[in-house]
Amino acid sequence: MDLAFFSVQLLNGLQYGLLLFLIASGLTLIFGIMGIINLAHGAMYMIGAYLVYDLTLRLGNFWLAMLAAIPIAIVLGLIIERLFLDTLYKRDHLYQVLLTFGLILVLNEAQRIIWGGDVHRVAVPAPFDASIQLTDNLQYSVYRLFVMGVCLALAGVIYWVMRHTRLGIIIRAGAANRDMVEGLGINVRTLFTLIFSVGVALTAFAGMIAAPLTSIAPGMGDSILITCFVVVVIGGIGSIKGAFWGAIIIGMATTFGAVLIPSLASMVIYLIMAAVLLVKPRGLFA
Amino acid sequence: MKTFKKTSLATLLSATAMLTAGSVVANEDAVKLGLMLPYSGTYTALGEAITNGLKLAIEEEGGQLGGREVEYIELDSEADPSKAPQNMSRLVNGDDVDFVIGPVHSGVAMGMLRVAKQTGAITIIPNAGLGAATNELCMPNVFRTSFSMWQDSYPMGKVAYDQGHRKIVTITWDYAGGKEDLAGFEEAFTAEGGEIVEQILVPFPSTEFQSYLTQIASLEPDAVYTFFAGGGGVSFVRDYAAAGLKESIPLLGSGFLTEGNLTALGDAGEGVMTTLHYAETLENDANQSFVSAYENAYGETPDTYAVQGYDTGMMLVQALEVLGGDTSDRERLIDVLANVQLASPRGPLSFSDSHHPIQNVYLREIRDGKHEVVSIASENLEVPDDACQI
Repeated sequence: MDLAFFSVQLLNGLQYGLLLFLIASGLTLIFGIMGIINLAHGAMYMIGAYLVYDLTLRLGNFWLAMLAAIPIAIVLGLIIERLFLDTLYKRDHLYQVLLTFGLILVLNEAQRIIWGGDVHRVAVPAPFDASIQLTDNLQYSVYRLFVMGVCLALAGVIYWVMRHTRLGIIIRAGAANRDMVEGLGINVRTLFTLIFSVGVALTAFAGMIAAPLTSIAPGMGDSILITCFVVVVIGGIGSIKGAFWGAIIIGMATTFGAVLIPSLASMVIYLIMAAVLLVKPRGLFA
Repeated sequence: MKTFKKTSLATLLSATAMLTAGSVVANEDAVKLGLMLPYSGTYTALGEAITNGLKLAIEEEGGQLGGREVEYIELDSEADPSKAPQNMSRLVNGDDVDFVIGPVHSGVAMGMLRVAKQTGAITIIPNAGLGAATNELCMPNVFRTSFSMWQDSYPMGKVAYDQGHRKIVTITWDYAGGKEDLAGFEEAFTAEGGEIVEQILVPFPSTEFQSYLTQIASLEPDAVYTFFAGGGGVSFVRDYAAAGLKESIPLLGSGFLTEGNLTALGDAGEGVMTTLHYAETLENDANQSFVSAYENAYGETPDTYAVQGYDTGMMLVQALEVLGGDTSDRERLIDVLANVQLASPRGPLSFSDSHHPIQNVYLREIRDGKHEVVSIASENLEVPDDACQI
């Protein structure tokens, strides 16, 4: 692999990692603060992609569709948290796992009833529907660069909220010791509703922004869910910083693993997870 | 009032009893078709297309097979291999069906065929392309109306060589279906004198292709041959085009790369060449009347899965007509099925000694969002199922 192609692979790994971060950040927030293992997180990613596909057809514009789809995703998160999860906080983890697993089935079936089993696509929106020449025979979509920019910007915003706002302090304190936060008079119920909606919105947004880069198909969220759990475990449960670096590590490992050690490509991320857990059983940044 | 209630209840009961008795008589005479196809999950569209095609064929014959009514028992296979033996047993032992039609998924086929071996149930496979079904697993009671991975990819090997390609990169998912498909292509291409520069296996079912595309660009082959299907097919073709590779390195593939995916592919699919045993644009009479009948009945253009279902129906129609609806003599039934010859929408269709279709494989190019037939890549191609001569 010469330097040019090595650099392109770095770019590929970074782009994949940043998108993973966007999905995993919601998962780690919900997991770390609420203690909920949200198995339906991948299904939300899929719903985001289908929403933007549907609304792009109706509104005729990708950006308008995004604008309309984000509130829908937030409301969906609100409904799920208030109607279903709210009744299960006092119960064992197993009940929450059962509920969110049930949600996968419900959301997948709803997707099939509303949008059918066909594969769909969303065209790459203007003004990013161009490409730049990287090597003499390889181009790179400008939209991919845009997605990287958006992911980085969102990572920055999340970092700032967590580090420099009162809300961030409460969230971090909640991840560390929920009972103490409640004892200090913070309304944890409202906090949970907020976290869950934001978490769902983040992954649905990732589905929306990834829609023009991928094929929109039934079950598209199922495989990404596993990868995101690996990211969260490597980074440390509840840690946004951990999710970021975990995602970059997994993005790079997937990209370079595929090319350098193809026979182990499907195992690479799990090997890394095992190695990290041996050295740091609670993850890199927990 | 009380008496009336009692009377009416009694009447109702006896009426129900009569109705039940009546339907039992009718059912005993009906041909029972057990459909073991996916009606939920990723492969739903395929299961539905096969069912639609099958019913269309039987409806065209007045909804009867050899003068007998037809009863459909539809069982959702969920494309789940672990449930396959149990589902198949339910159809064969519980519902006592005359024919089992299924599955879509090759993993499910493995489980089904185990039960087919034990029970001897007549099984017609309308999709699942694993080669072993009509070769290593050889059974007289198993037929295929679809294809095997080898049959659809082997003809492309010669096509690629004749187009002047000498060094080719192949890429597919790391699973049995993909590898069988690549093996067919590679066998023919290397026999012509071509070279496979690199065989890339992507973990199943990943659709993250960027790093592989970069690898392909650095290898600079004459062409790329690929097998992906469904959402993976769309992702690969679109990513390939977006990476600007389509102009410098032509993309060849199995027909399943683009089958059912034309709308989702859009411009990215234009010019992609694939080989398959069907194309919706075939100009034979059978196809033209099939396409219009299918569009009238279901409001959409049929794909190869619908044709495979349709031919399964036509096979039953023809066999039961010959037998006058009498399915009691199994030996004769199997013999008649094996000798069915159809003027199918896909062209002439007959069956080899291993009960595998002998059929044309077409070279197709996507132009204006349609699979246009360029040529017959291989005429009346028979699959060399060496381990199975029934």
